[in-house]
Amino acid sequence: MQDWSIKQLSSLLRDKKTSSVEITTDYLASIKKKNPEINAFITVDENLSIAQAKLADERIEKGEGDVLTGVPIAQKDIFCAEDWLTTCGSKMLHNFIAPYDATVVKKFNEAGAVNLGKTNMDEFAMGSSNETSYFGAVKNPWDLTRVPGGSSGGSAAAIASRMCPGATATDTGGSIRQPASLCGLTGLKPTYGLVSRYGMIAFASSLDQAGPMAKSSEDCAMMLNVMAGFDPKDSTSIDHKKEDYTKNIDQPIEGLKIGLPKEYFAEGLDGDVAKLIEAAINQYKKLGATIVDVSLPNTNLSIPVYYVLAPAEASSNLSRYDGVRYGHRTSQYDDLMDMYSKTRQEGFGEEVKRRILIGTYVLSAGYYDAYYLKAQQIRHLISEDFKKAFQLCDVIMGPTAPSTAFKANEKIDDPVTMYLQDIYTIATNLAGLPGMSIPAGFVNKLPVGLQIIGNYFDEARMLNVAHQFQKATDWHKAMPEGALL
Amino acid sequence: MSITHDEIKKIAHLARIKITEEEADATIKKLSGILNLIEDMKKVDTTNISPMSHGQLVTQRLREDIVTEKNQREKLQKIAPEVNGGLYIVPQVIE
Repeated sequence: MQDWSIKQLSSLLRDKKTSSVEITTDYLASIKKKNPEINAFITVDENLSIAQAKLADERIEKGEGDVLTGVPIAQKDIFCAEDWLTTCGSKMLHNFIAPYDATVVKKFNEAGAVNLGKTNMDEFAMGSSNETSYFGAVKNPWDLTRVPGGSSGGSAAAIASRMCPGATATDTGGSIRQPASLCGLTGLKPTYGLVSRYGMIAFASSLDQAGPMAKSSEDCAMMLNVMAGFDPKDSTSIDHKKEDYTKNIDQPIEGLKIGLPKEYFAEGLDGDVAKLIEAAINQYKKLGATIVDVSLPNTNLSIPVYYVLAPAEASSNLSRYDGVRYGHRTSQYDDLMDMYSKTRQEGFGEEVKRRILIGTYVLSAGYYDAYYLKAQQIRHLISEDFKKAFQLCDVIMGPTAPSTAFKANEKIDDPVTMYLQDIYTIATNLAGLPGMSIPAGFVNKLPVGLQIIGNYFDEARMLNVAHQFQKATDWHKAMPEGALL
Repeated sequence: MSITHDEIKKIAHLARIKITEEEADATIKKLSGILNLIEDMKKVDTTNISPMSHGQLVTQRLREDIVTEKNQREKLQKIAPEVNGGLYIVPQVIE
């Protein structure tokens, strides 16, 4: 049962061949067995999950079920879920029981999906290896000595080890796509503004976007159908026409124009990864796609721009953690200032403090124009690059990450090397474009992801393009040894 | 581009993060690498390029000025470190 897709689970539930309680119990057993080693979940609450499953079964019994009613999924611990511990991977929120639901969580609850638990993540989503979590590093189920990627590494490891069929994730600079790539999964970061950020703990508000992660494009489409939609509670939510992302997923893709940016195949890309990406492109040619060369000349600037803008926004967003209204408060202090600064010294981990300091620095008097304003201007140039490229093609393809999963502790002491992990993913966040990663093969038994970048609100086409590849290949069906109970 | 010990201390104060002398020195090394990375931006001519603050160039949406939230004080204060009589308690700031 644990290897079933969301689509299969949905129809089995609809046909009453199984119950939500049965499926949920099975996944909870899987979590109990595997999580001590993988550490993909921060919080599991069997009683809350089973209670939701029972309600779902009642709905199905009455014929009131929706497509995802009774299907269990996991929630990244960045989403507030009422009555659930919601930590964002930080000591600062180690005791934070969310008093309300994030819109994403609310939508899944209304759809009748069951929450299997809260998945581990880099602290405040700052990291590319899931090693910065206060609740311990997550291991890659394909090789336990390696990282699962980050920041949605818990969601990725949970799906890869078949502890859940799908999970929510968030992506500020690659945090859905890179772990999906490193764990052999399908993950989609939608257009900025498509999925509500309400109740999703903020890192860099102009870049943060939630999306689905699952085994296949079809499953991601089913999840996106629930997640997407205008929300008045998110001031940057975009009022886009509601779509059914599964509707055109079976369409042939003959005539599709794929743009290959030469900058995504330049120095820094692992040779074996490059070969698999080329093989995937050849597969697309067989499916009737044509290839055009495009250029994204400012790609290399996306990293410096991101490491000005994201920390600047983070330094502002994270100023709310002051030990007054919720979360950690230091035990001994002399006065208010002492309470603030000790609380924040103790509550934040190294990487988070580093980014708050960078953000504070680039926004401080005398540096604003040289750093923050400059970065925003270059952000505009990066966005224009994509605009020009999309005049020549329908989708852009390339690698998701420059290499396969790296060893734990390999890059954690060298932030700059770690940041380069996101070289192919960051630019889409800066431009607000949707990006996706799908499995494209293996190098030394480690998964490689193909990235698909689409134009604004072109998620339906991207999911279609990904699904056609998955009909012709089996990479997305592979699972790590011992993944099944 | 490098950053001095005193600058780190000042930034940490602005960010309200207590930092020891040793931590400040260790931070200088790591921040310098990142600041060098950021320096690459200087090579780019951005004359007449307008700054972009959001993924899409949309303007802030406005809403009616009406109350939409109900009073949930007790529920919201249940998770606070210290409350008394409906108030959040902090060290005294006014003599």
